[in-house]
Amino acid sequence: MDMTEIHVIKQHLIDPEICIRCNTCEAICPVSAITHDSRNYVVDAEKCNFCMACISPCPTGSIDNWRTMPRVKAYSLDAQLGWDELPPELTPEELAAEGVAAGAVPDIEPVSPSLPAASNGEAVFNSAQYGATLPPWSAAHAYVNLYGPKTAEKSVTATVTGNVRVTEVGSDDYDTHHIVLDFGKMPFPVLEGQSIGIIPPGVDASGRPHFARQYSIASPRNGERPGYNNLSLTIKRVLEDHQGRPVRGVGSNYMCDLRVGDTVQVMGPFGTSFLMPNHPRSNIVMICTGTGSAPMRAMTEWRRRLRKSGKFEEGKLMLFFGARTQEELPYFGPLQNLPKDFIDINFAFSRTPGAPKRYVQDVMRERAADLALLLQDANTCFYVCGLKSMEEGVVLALRDVAQQAGLNWDAVGAALKTEGRLHLETY
Amino acid sequence: MSSINYSEKIPNNVNLSDDRTLQRALEQWQPNFISWWDDVGPEGSTNMDVYLRTAVSVDPNGWAQFGHVKMRDYRWGVFLNPGEADRTIHFGDHKGEKAWQDVPGEHRANLRRIIVTQGDTEPASVEQQRHLGLTAPSMYDLRNLFQVNVEEGRHLWAMVYLLHKHFGRDGREEAEGLLERRSGDANNPRILAAFNEKTPDWLSFFMFTYFTDRDGKYQLCALAESAFDPLARTTKFMLTEEAHHMFVGESGISRVIQRTAQKMNELKTDDVGKLRAAGVIDLPTIQRYINFHFSVTIDLFGADESSNAATFYSSGLKGRYEEGKRVDDHVLKGQTYKVIEAKDGQLVEKEVPMLNALNEVLRDDYIKDSISGVERWNKVLDKAGIPVHLRVPHKAFHRNIGALSGVKVSPDGRVVSEAEWNASVDQWLPSNEDRAYVASLMGRCVEPGKFANWIAPPVMGINRQPVDFDYVRFN
Repeated sequence: MDMTEIHVIKQHLIDPEICIRCNTCEAICPVSAITHDSRNYVVDAEKCNFCMACISPCPTGSIDNWRTMPRVKAYSLDAQLGWDELPPELTPEELAAEGVAAGAVPDIEPVSPSLPAASNGEAVFNSAQYGATLPPWSAAHAYVNLYGPKTAEKSVTATVTGNVRVTEVGSDDYDTHHIVLDFGKMPFPVLEGQSIGIIPPGVDASGRPHFARQYSIASPRNGERPGYNNLSLTIKRVLEDHQGRPVRGVGSNYMCDLRVGDTVQVMGPFGTSFLMPNHPRSNIVMICTGTGSAPMRAMTEWRRRLRKSGKFEEGKLMLFFGARTQEELPYFGPLQNLPKDFIDINFAFSRTPGAPKRYVQDVMRERAADLALLLQDANTCFYVCGLKSMEEGVVLALRDVAQQAGLNWDAVGAALKTEGRLHLETY
Repeated sequence: MSSINYSEKIPNNVNLSDDRTLQRALEQWQPNFISWWDDVGPEGSTNMDVYLRTAVSVDPNGWAQFGHVKMRDYRWGVFLNPGEADRTIHFGDHKGEKAWQDVPGEHRANLRRIIVTQGDTEPASVEQQRHLGLTAPSMYDLRNLFQVNVEEGRHLWAMVYLLHKHFGRDGREEAEGLLERRSGDANNPRILAAFNEKTPDWLSFFMFTYFTDRDGKYQLCALAESAFDPLARTTKFMLTEEAHHMFVGESGISRVIQRTAQKMNELKTDDVGKLRAAGVIDLPTIQRYINFHFSVTIDLFGADESSNAATFYSSGLKGRYEEGKRVDDHVLKGQTYKVIEAKDGQLVEKEVPMLNALNEVLRDDYIKDSISGVERWNKVLDKAGIPVHLRVPHKAFHRNIGALSGVKVSPDGRVVSEAEWNASVDQWLPSNEDRAYVASLMGRCVEPGKFANWIAPPVMGINRQPVDFDYVRFN
């Protein structure tokens, strides 16, 4: 028999040593693949369609076990019902003996891989005068434009798996949402700092389909939930235009009103420059307002996950985050809880009653001593994201910090740009 | 229908805003709930961010969303599983008729009683567990305790919603009563005895979540069969949350046993004194705790012969465990069941009408399930090569309800004299000395990844987080 014709599956199994027989998985399985006797809960390999519906409701984690098996040798229900413990994974030799070639890929993978591996090099990125158009030298390669007007698939369907409010106060309208989109089995590899396009359904006043709205990704490269093919966005309702006239933003209101289970049409991903450095001891300075925090959240979380796993040596994270008030600042609570030795957080609130207005550039000036050191370190990258009006103030503050430290801003500013170390994304 | 509207004051998936009167009534109840939580909820925990699971919808994708939140900000609310169109009643005298969306007048009093009794247990657990946060054996366990606490609080909401929506003024008064009673309060205690017992230490807590929350599973399973559809749907969703509580208990005891076994092997002893000196909980003490919690819990199923049970079943209010999977006529008239009574110093079985014995049927289902969990604990001992097995005591042991309440029975099922009982009770049930010893081990251990000496770390973290994950941030 041709080795490649052996059908391989990742067989879904339940660990009988951990399972508490609570029946949640059986009750929730949409295809009745799970059954039990007085001894064990088991999964029928013939019926399980890898929908993963049982995974998160399981209180024990015993449900999440997988074994590479030739389909014809899959563990039967009877075999599983007799187990006291899970059998070990078959060795490559045992699999080979069953006719399974080394590295054989299962017919269906239960969990979609999410790490990007290469780039097609196409980029669209609008930068202001001081911003770099190149990513830092150690950035991972980004995939872009996998779905869009010029590709075979104009858009890809994502499912909303979460939509929660992340600001504390304000009227129901004046809110910011954290929205999780799941791409199921469709490829959608992303990196921190990239963005995606959302196409609101329906047509505009002149009867044309709405154009896509672009949103920065707020989750790290391996997903809002690690290991899943999903990502998150931070979206604030648009309730007035740039001149302050009342107008309900088509895209943001559509997104904020989505419910779990709804589907959206997505284009992208976009962006090959606003990407984070990946080399050890690289420092990241993040300056943002409002939903400009999305890419900062993504980078911070990726560094946090790396740090937890012991895969990142060191490197400073410094955040300047501006909002009108503390209550309007997205992710305020979670940010407060990050370890101080992991990230240096500086808030600037412009409308706190009884307190003078403070903007991010004011706080940057207060931290000039630390910023000057970081400006001199070629391992430091700066990221600015948020309202257009902050851009000039921030770059001027950087210039002043440099000059006060006796640095030549022309040289420093030029190096930041040409070395892909200052990134501006404002709107 | 399946997703939950979190923008409303009371998160719900029942279109609460369409019923202004109900919404206002629940909004009036809500501040009392919060003030109850402030008064008797987890002590000293208000400022902590806890890695909690919150439901954003009642389908598989949405009901387990994890994130750090302050417990007081947990989104308690009203969540029902999606309804089945044209669901029919599948047992009792109304078999084949359409399930009820409203309470039939003739069953109003009984249904209200069932819902109030179930609802009363939920805040009671929170009250019983109030002080445990101060002595958590790890940050992981602290988080689990808090998850149990907020979900018990939500289960209270589930019952209060039914009372408000379907029982008018009586329902509102009963809902208020749920916040007025207090576990263990001599003047205004909780309805069921087990919920007035103290949960003074973590061994008790694990036993409680293993045994008593498993009782919850069986009661909820029986209610999930109900002809009263809103009750069936809400209890189905509660069951998904209840599973975590049982997990906390089962894995908690398992880890205690594992740690004890490890010390027994290390010190090569089963001497209680030496093991206590080594700071672990000896197996005889664990056995006595099992005896206590098992016997107190099986009382919760009620008297072995009960005309109420027959009425509840025949009228379709409360089914049996896995009613839909059973192959009989689902009417049960003319059938019999064996219950135990004491006669002439002996335990004997007698046949009684099945309908009157339905409490016993549910109790026996529960017992079977409890035993298999204890067998899984025994596997931990087997694996460690320790030739001792734990077991649940005889069903007649230490009973305070039904025909067996007047008799003294040993854990192995012998009827004993008052004198023998008094002489042996300290070997059968936790003595003051046992409780004092267990209490002496309770010290707070909440550094990430650290565990108290008397308990082993879990096999894996919650939501596949590492065991040393920052489950609770103390701020």
